Amino acid sequence: MKVTRRSFLQGGVAGTLAWSSLGFDLRPARSLIKELKISRASEVRSVCPYCAVGCSMIAYVGGVGETQSFNTTPHLIHIEGDPDSPVNGGSLCPKGAATMQLALSQERIQYPRYRAPGASEWTRISWDEALNRLARLMKTARDERFVATDADGNTVNRNEGFAWGGGATITNEEGYLVTKMMRALGVVGLEQQARL
Amino acid sequence: MVSLAATFGRGAMTNHWVDFKNSDLFLVIGANPAENHPCGWKWAFHARDHRGARIIHVDPRFTRTSATADKWVAIRAGTDVAFFGGMIRHILENQLYHDEYVKLHTNASFVVSEGFSFQDGLFSGYDEAAREYDTSTWEYERMAAPAPGEGEDAAPSEGFAVRDLSLQHPRSVFQLLKQHYARYTPEVVEEVTGIPADEFVAIADEFGSTGVPEKVGNIVYAVGLTHHTQGSQMIRAAAIVQLLLGNMGRPGGGMNAERGHANIQGNTDNAQSWEILPGYLQIPRPGMETLDQYETPASLTQMDAGSINFFGSNYRKFMISLLKAWYGESAQAANEFHYSYIPKPDKNWSWMTFYAEALAGRLHGLFNSGMSSVNIGPDSNRVVQALSRLKWLVVMDPFPTASSEFWHGEGVDPASVDTEVFFLPTTHWIEKAGAFVNSGRWTQWKHAALPAEGDVKDDAYILSQLLLRLQALYQKEGGAFPDPILDLHWPYSNPNNPPLEEVSREINGRDLTTGAQLATFNDAKDDGTTAIGNWIYTGSWTEEGNMMDRRGTDDPTGLGFFHNWAWSWPANRRVLYNRASADADGRPWDATRPGIVWNGQTWKGDVPDFTPDSPPSEGKGAFIMTGEGVARIFAPGSLMMDGPIPEHYEPVESPVENVLSPTRRVPTTILYEGVAASFAEDDSEFPYVATTYRVTEHEHFVTQYVPYLVEAMPDFFIELPRELANEKGISDLDQVRVSSKRGHVQGVALVTKRMRPLRLGNKVVYQVGIPVHWHPTGGHGKGNTAQMVNLLTPYVGDGTTVTPEFKAFLVNVERA
Amino acid sequence: MTTTDLGLTIRRQSATPASGTNIRRDHSTPALEISKLVDIDLCIGCKACEVACKEWNDLQVEETHLFSGYQSHPDLTPHTWDLMRFNEVELAGGALAWLIRKDSCLHCEEPGCLLACPAPGAVIQYENGIVDFNQDACIGCQYCVSGCPFDIPRFDTVTKKVYKCTLCIDRVSTGLEPACVKACPTGAIRFGTKEDMLAYGNEKVEKLKARGFTEAMLYDPVGVGGLHMMYVVPRGEILEQYGLPVDPTVTAPTSFPSLIGALRKVGATASWAGLLAAAVYFLKTGKRYPPPEEEAVAAAYEKAPHG
Repeated sequence: MKVTRRSFLQGGVAGTLAWSSLGFDLRPARSLIKELKISRASEVRSVCPYCAVGCSMIAYVGGVGETQSFNTTPHLIHIEGDPDSPVNGGSLCPKGAATMQLALSQERIQYPRYRAPGASEWTRISWDEALNRLARLMKTARDERFVATDADGNTVNRNEGFAWGGGATITNEEGYLVTKMMRALGVVGLEQQARL
Repeated sequence: MVSLAATFGRGAMTNHWVDFKNSDLFLVIGANPAENHPCGWKWAFHARDHRGARIIHVDPRFTRTSATADKWVAIRAGTDVAFFGGMIRHILENQLYHDEYVKLHTNASFVVSEGFSFQDGLFSGYDEAAREYDTSTWEYERMAAPAPGEGEDAAPSEGFAVRDLSLQHPRSVFQLLKQHYARYTPEVVEEVTGIPADEFVAIADEFGSTGVPEKVGNIVYAVGLTHHTQGSQMIRAAAIVQLLLGNMGRPGGGMNAERGHANIQGNTDNAQSWEILPGYLQIPRPGMETLDQYETPASLTQMDAGSINFFGSNYRKFMISLLKAWYGESAQAANEFHYSYIPKPDKNWSWMTFYAEALAGRLHGLFNSGMSSVNIGPDSNRVVQALSRLKWLVVMDPFPTASSEFWHGEGVDPASVDTEVFFLPTTHWIEKAGAFVNSGRWTQWKHAALPAEGDVKDDAYILSQLLLRLQALYQKEGGAFPDPILDLHWPYSNPNNPPLEEVSREINGRDLTTGAQLATFNDAKDDGTTAIGNWIYTGSWTEEGNMMDRRGTDDPTGLGFFHNWAWSWPANRRVLYNRASADADGRPWDATRPGIVWNGQTWKGDVPDFTPDSPPSEGKGAFIMTGEGVARIFAPGSLMMDGPIPEHYEPVESPVENVLSPTRRVPTTILYEGVAASFAEDDSEFPYVATTYRVTEHEHFVTQYVPYLVEAMPDFFIELPRELANEKGISDLDQVRVSSKRGHVQGVALVTKRMRPLRLGNKVVYQVGIPVHWHPTGGHGKGNTAQMVNLLTPYVGDGTTVTPEFKAFLVNVERA
Repeated sequence: MTTTDLGLTIRRQSATPASGTNIRRDHSTPALEISKLVDIDLCIGCKACEVACKEWNDLQVEETHLFSGYQSHPDLTPHTWDLMRFNEVELAGGALAWLIRKDSCLHCEEPGCLLACPAPGAVIQYENGIVDFNQDACIGCQYCVSGCPFDIPRFDTVTKKVYKCTLCIDRVSTGLEPACVKACPTGAIRFGTKEDMLAYGNEKVEKLKARGFTEAMLYDPVGVGGLHMMYVVPRGEILEQYGLPVDPTVTAPTSFPSLIGALRKVGATASWAGLLAAAVYFLKTGKRYPPPEEEAVAAAYEKAPHG
């Protein structure tokens, strides 16, 4: 049936019982308001992964704590600022406000990949295969490019075979482990984002 | 950060975000805090609304910071030393400096040795062939031993620097400063920077007005000052302004470096940096054969009777405690705690050296862990060539990057690339615990919120697995000096994937005789009975537990210290160098904003950055991390490799000659093999000054994977002044091609009033703005190679730190 | 807190003769009246509000392209309820101003949308001032779009419903601030009682005047009965450059009898089924409320459940 603004349909009669003969709804107004989506979530305190303001954030996670059941796995419902933080007081910038999409991105790589010399494709590889191969390459590089003593006879014990370029979204502890291990391997080419 | 350490003793933002509320005046330069640090910048607005503060923004572009500032002036990218030099001159000429502060807390009164000189843009000791300075003349004049029979009761003074507290000695730092900057007149500043002389004088006057005890000015900067061949000198020049005005160490003051990544401060502290070890201990150089030869850099020898010289006098304790953390039981006094295990580089090994080594066929492998060489550049084409020469490349990241995919990128034939590439997918921040250190040194613990999807691993797992496999290989096969690998102390309950809580406790350090966590670095020992992973973090995880996870919101002083929220290095101090917030008698310069105050027995307020019970009458210097005991206006010795006083040079690519001297470029920049030909020598082919930056909707490259952010700022763009667009027949939203001598990009033109032509003498110079975020693997399939701004940037770095010159180079612009 | 404390009883609903459930409320305590306030002086145009709104309300991602400066979308959409609008303006004297304004529903005290809406209960005004759309009751006629003096509601051609900012009533009803307010990095978007927001706004205007913004003003126009999202505007002399109408008014009838009177001219009657057993309402036409998309309306009616 074609309708124009001047020809309106006669409404049906299958109404709901809530509509009283008085012509207004006596149900609590709240029933019109959708439920708070985080009302049953657990709160986990985190810190924003972007700039160095260090905004505290709360991740609202379902399927843990009180809502954990045999059939559920933890899932992220929402992230917002932690109001207790003296720095950000609960606020977040657009990047922080969208961190849930970063955490849950379907564009994340899900398994190790290997690209052989000259190959035009990635191939899936197991962690063991990747780590064994890499350890072998690291040893070869180090053994070939290790300088124990320089031309002046100084003990220098440096490995010029490979270098580490790190990011700045790993934690202090991970960063410390990188330094500890790379220096033990004699690495001199050790950098992170700071200069860039 | 090197420049801050050279000036004050530590390389970090001196104050912190909340402290901005205590400022009277902000000079924002080389930064865009409203866009790039929005949640921290609220405190500047708080200061404006609650204490009438003002905000001045000096920037090549009119940004969202300018839009909300009280004043904006356009500056030519790369000329900030001239700007600050002019300001130093103005402050000195008009006696705007805080005289008492300058005498008490800076080395203005120190006398420089006779051999020091400056002429034609070069300091004494320049070796043109080596492009290096012999810095031996950049020293203080030293006192001789007292004559026999004279002053035997006096404190030893031999070797201390000569001082003249009247500041009149012609070779005093103060007089040298006056002399050096006499050339930086407002007219010269205008001709170099493009800021009209009258506007410049107005800004210099206004910021100079904070040189009184009752006012505090704050200099806020970011990579807009670091990404230059003279970046560290720009920061030094700004720091000198702050010292002259007495704005250091005080609530509301400071040199506030806004860092751009969640834990860039923490990872610098933990020494993912070629030249340092954790806690800013220097990496030893060849020839430092023993611990005795290693300890105490020249700048950390006591140079004044008043110097506490805390760092210098504890250097050995911190180093030995670090070696104990790394090598455990096997590190013993008899073997010098395995000091010999620490590698000793003979040259600069920063980023660009990596690629140079790869291009030369010397470097086998490279890790890209949470960063991407190709995206970051500089000169991404050169980086791609370098990666193609590697035997292997490892990318540890949650997302693909232009580096992980370089071998099948645009214009690359995979068949011709022999590099083996590993993509090791890692967990992200939300999936693991650990500490992030913010720009203001607040070290905040985060908790793991949810498990990761897929077969991805923690960074700690990957590192451990590689270590364990290497140990097995070396044990079985032997090889080059396996000892440091086999002896590495890996004492974690799960050596396959160390719990980060245990690593954090190791960083804090413990007493090996009692097993107790240390509460303070004052308990560090040099006899091998303490093990400390990073001494500046001692106190972060004590016997009382994880101090970084504290959530106290009390602020009894009202000054925003929040000592019970998380933990701040060092020692939970919130404002660095806070002894300088008080005068010689320990009274605050401004009683409404005291940093620390001497109450007769002890220093109260913030956690003192000072000996807590040293009375003012002892006359100890406020800067405990320098050998002088004061802050350095003049940076002696080899602290800075390109000069003890900042001098203006043109960026490597510049449209003009250097007005200030015949030395056009920073004389000590490293010229990597084959790069000289990749620089534009003048503006004939590439006439416009380009600068690069972030926008608030994105963070570097990763947000190209966040749909709401791609929606909020969708397209790669190039900002052009209207006048330039008119000249070139470019309309708003046209596709434009921007080229430098190294490559080209293509994006949408945003023709805007917010970019203004600059008048330099008789010449008009246009500036072009290009954001960094877009790249081939981002944008949900819409990314492409020609969106990477670092295809354009020059392969050259700072004269001291070798930080690339991302912020000023020459380009041409055409309609695509 | 009880419901009443948060002002969540219904004050009035579209096309409904009596007002809502407030007749049952104990009137001895006044209802809480709430408001947002956007202090444009503090707004850095970062779009945190825009993104936080989308994230909290699970609004779908839209493909955008640059079309004018930094603004993300040319206009509000059914999936973008909060939009930062940017305008580069050269001021007298040559100085540059970048006017940036958060655009989203202003929650008028006299809501043009509600008064124009013919669908009973599709537009609801709560005692606290929130004006919310109930899409279950919406018939997709888009009269609200025409009725809004600020051009806020947006019709979704897929669902045939109209959408706009809810003032995060789900958050407000549990004592939380709206998502945009919570996120705002600089405190430019504030939330509280109308009284407190007026006090903040008036004080801020004085501060701005002292800083040289002589025409600074609090934007809370009487023509719409006042707003539940007010603005502090630093440059009141160029209000329109911010995209704010100088003197917005609701020309709709403001009482039920006058509505009847107005609609009688049209003479059309319609009853719509679904949730409602019997309700009579009228639509009026004409220049004041031109329905924007007749075809869409017709299609919506055809798809509406009717028995």
